Amino acid sequence: MSFYEKLSVRQKQTVWAWGFLAIPIIFYVVVRFYPTVNAIILSFQEWNLLGARTWAGFDNYITLYHDPVFWQVFRNTFVYLLIGTPLSLVLAFIIAYHLDRVRFLHGTIRALYFLPFMTSAVAMAWVWRWFYQPVPIGLFNNMLATFGISQIAFLNSTTNALPAVLAPAIWAGLGFQIIIFMAGLRAIPKTYYEAAHIDGVSGWTIMSEITLPLLKPTIVFLVVFSSIGFLRIFDHVFNMTTNNPGGPLNSTKPLVLMIYDTAFNSFDMGYAAAQTVVLFVILLIVSLLQLRLLQDR
Amino acid sequence: MIKGRRVFSSGIMAGVLALGSSMAANVVRADVEIEYWQYFFEARVTAMDTLISNFEAANPGITVKTNQFPYADYRTKVAAAIPAGEGPDVVQLFYGWLNDYVDAELIQPLPADIFPVETIDKEFFPMVQAMKRDDQYMALPTAVRSLALFYNQRLFDEAGIEAPPANLDELVEIAKKLTKRDGAGNLTQVGITSGMTAQDHHWWREVLVRQFGGKPYSDDLKSIAYDSEAGLKALEWYVALDQEHGVTDSTFMDEPQAAFKAGRAGMHIDGSFRIGALDETRGLKWGVAELPVGPDGTQSNYSSYWVNAVTSKAKGEKFDAALKFMAYLTSDEAMQIWLDTVGELPAKPSAALTEKNQSDPIYGPFVKGLGYAQSTVFVDESGQRQLMTDMVSRIELEGQSIPESLSEAAAGEQAILDDFYK
Amino acid sequence: MSATAEELKVRASAQSLLKGSSAPVKRSWGQYVRWILLFAGGVLMVMPLAYMMSTSFKYSFEVYNLNLIPEEPTLENYEYVLRDGRFMQWFVNSLIVATLTTISSVLFDSLVGYTLCKFRFRGRYIVFIAILSTLMIPTEMLVIPWYLMAQQFGWLDTTWGIMFPGLMTAFGVFLMKQFFETVPDDFIEAARIDGLNELQIWWIVAMPLVKPALAALAIFVFLGNWTAFIWPLIVTNSQEMYTLPVGLTTFSVEQAVEWELVMTGAAISVLPTLVVFLIFQRFIIRGVVMAGLKG
Repeated sequence: MSFYEKLSVRQKQTVWAWGFLAIPIIFYVVVRFYPTVNAIILSFQEWNLLGARTWAGFDNYITLYHDPVFWQVFRNTFVYLLIGTPLSLVLAFIIAYHLDRVRFLHGTIRALYFLPFMTSAVAMAWVWRWFYQPVPIGLFNNMLATFGISQIAFLNSTTNALPAVLAPAIWAGLGFQIIIFMAGLRAIPKTYYEAAHIDGVSGWTIMSEITLPLLKPTIVFLVVFSSIGFLRIFDHVFNMTTNNPGGPLNSTKPLVLMIYDTAFNSFDMGYAAAQTVVLFVILLIVSLLQLRLLQDR
Repeated sequence: MIKGRRVFSSGIMAGVLALGSSMAANVVRADVEIEYWQYFFEARVTAMDTLISNFEAANPGITVKTNQFPYADYRTKVAAAIPAGEGPDVVQLFYGWLNDYVDAELIQPLPADIFPVETIDKEFFPMVQAMKRDDQYMALPTAVRSLALFYNQRLFDEAGIEAPPANLDELVEIAKKLTKRDGAGNLTQVGITSGMTAQDHHWWREVLVRQFGGKPYSDDLKSIAYDSEAGLKALEWYVALDQEHGVTDSTFMDEPQAAFKAGRAGMHIDGSFRIGALDETRGLKWGVAELPVGPDGTQSNYSSYWVNAVTSKAKGEKFDAALKFMAYLTSDEAMQIWLDTVGELPAKPSAALTEKNQSDPIYGPFVKGLGYAQSTVFVDESGQRQLMTDMVSRIELEGQSIPESLSEAAAGEQAILDDFYK
Repeated sequence: MSATAEELKVRASAQSLLKGSSAPVKRSWGQYVRWILLFAGGVLMVMPLAYMMSTSFKYSFEVYNLNLIPEEPTLENYEYVLRDGRFMQWFVNSLIVATLTTISSVLFDSLVGYTLCKFRFRGRYIVFIAILSTLMIPTEMLVIPWYLMAQQFGWLDTTWGIMFPGLMTAFGVFLMKQFFETVPDDFIEAARIDGLNELQIWWIVAMPLVKPALAALAIFVFLGNWTAFIWPLIVTNSQEMYTLPVGLTTFSVEQAVEWELVMTGAAISVLPTLVVFLIFQRFIIRGVVMAGLKG
């Protein structure tokens, strides 16, 4: 204790700090960083789970570059992102903006929008999968049929399947985004609006000059948060396409499903690891880019 | 790799020694627990429970723990567990996956002194020889299965159809009579189910291609032979069911067997393993017929089987116990229990092709089919099936021409074969 | 103790959210239309859940009808699903895993967040960035190394094996660090002068001030673990160890397409969180708002 007593306040703090951080640092090193390094090393090796790992240099990455399925999957992954994030954010903002101006049964309506967020992706994927079936069993197509509209191939279509798989993912996340937007809106001081009203500024100007700029922290948070989610989409696709995973014709296959396939159906661990590294890099670039773009402006 | 071999050969030595001593002296040894894995299918689980309790009664000191996984996760589980020293000592695998597992060194060969190669060659159906590597058997089946045409008796009666189709033309005609659509033209009942993701890829490859005068693979199995006139005709005929005759839709009710089970499909091509599930479906009256013959009367069928294999995890006394269990699983007694419970046919002609089985209204068509059945030697079953699925999808969803799609599929499958046989 | 102006602002915002709109609302036609559209949208949002529930009470012959109220409601599906007891087992497993990971995450994340926020020491920024960077590491990348690790230590097919990757979360550290910013340094200095050690300051002084944030974090971690899929799928071998989502996938594939049974299984796996939400709605919404505003 005497040694401790001799330390300056600053040094004591340092001791405490590292003491508090000891277990967490062990955790992050053992459970996060070591496996990450392991996976990166593995991406330069060939390994079928058994036997020895052998060095393969950049072979896995070269194979990946020449694999047409990878580019299809790459495209799909970005389609999930580029439809999912803007669409869900715009919807959430519109709903939040108007819900903010509603008092009667406010809590009830808010609860209706929020409930899907409390569900599990696996359970809801099966529910939506049923909805999408063709006549005579699918709910959506049965509804269309009662209105005399010819049925839509939701999942058995190279163009419709991806949006169809994406829809429940957007649906489930919407409630969360609405709540965050509403909170962001409430945090904007009333005085700004009052001043604007006195100056006789139009609604659109208020929106673009006051509301949106002041919502920026909220928007940054939601864009980054939901982008990561859409880039890592898996549970929905996996459970909605168990007959033909990622199909038809790979049109719904996201990167994570390709990784899963490569690792556990082809036992090609090195190749799968290379794909995980690509996913890692994409996540990194996209998040950094968004933080940069949205914070600078 | 070298290490694996050493472990495995010392395992055999130990196995043979231990097996010898226990047989000779029948000494009471410490209890051994081995683990057995299969995928979840209710009838199979029931059958296996029976087999295990019989085996345990006959072999005190050995207990068998079982585990089942859903079909979709099954391969993942096995592949991840065994190298980690977890999981099964004896495992059930689809024969088409064998190459994957042999390559990945997940399973060990069956020692020839307990599983003599010549005897097996002689007693089992010839297709089982696909399980041989370097003159050793890697795995053996309890039962085999073949395809047949299931038909819904109630729908047949309703449409005034007296007998199931004998040939492909009749199949189309009958299917047309069984198809129903609603006012908007949507299918509400299909004449025949279809779906390359289910059993149709087998039907197309080994039955239709042959019936139109071709063959799916070259005799040395190393090259694709269906990218031919016959293959094209077979594919055109298959695609026409949906596109021209409108008697089917691959996505109808999510899965072909579901449509048949729900009584919304007139006909359904499936394996003998479906019998148990259909038996339990209330209110469904169904029958079975042999697959329709081709335009020139050619008969063909596809047979497949699940094999049992000893994994590379089983070592020492667990390896001995695993071999004993394997021996029991491939015995006549086990085959009979399997037939009675699951409905799959014994893997030995002597047990399968009996008078009683051949004249059975349900088993009969399957048993007869076995007589002229072919087995595809898969090198990557799921990859090869995916190519068939995509071949049809490209035509139906992207409007690709049939010959182009066929050639693309053939090129893709050739690449898989080349990669394996290189 | 008085809170800072910033924290008051956050609290006020969250409080006002719970009370409904604070803006004076004029009664006009536009306002009625807005209400009707919003309400209709909300009803649409819960339709999938409504059909899931309704179908779980239907006999198979009625499954494909569009009616929401079953003509002949039945508990047969629930009896069938619960009869073999697996769902109960999966339910308990999920509950244990989610509860323990939540406790662990809340404790460690707040400790780390507090340390990184309130202590000045060399390497602080690096530690923060390092932890934050793990947010970018996809789980899929770690699954194979984790599996081998679990195998090596005999954690396969155990509750601990399912839990260990989720014992701490980088998101929680980030969230808690942001929230501890609202705790004035003066308080901590005062406590130091009063002779409290750093652990006591964290636990007695700082933690009570961020209770809402802790609640928010707890909700997120619990929900995340309750619905986690890939890792439990891989680390569990026996059905007795499955969590609800893994069990549900198994069950649905087994049942092929007996949709009334699949819907019953789905209902059983989402009902608990839905009920908890309906009971603790105000509390949960406030937690989410706290997380979102500061996180």
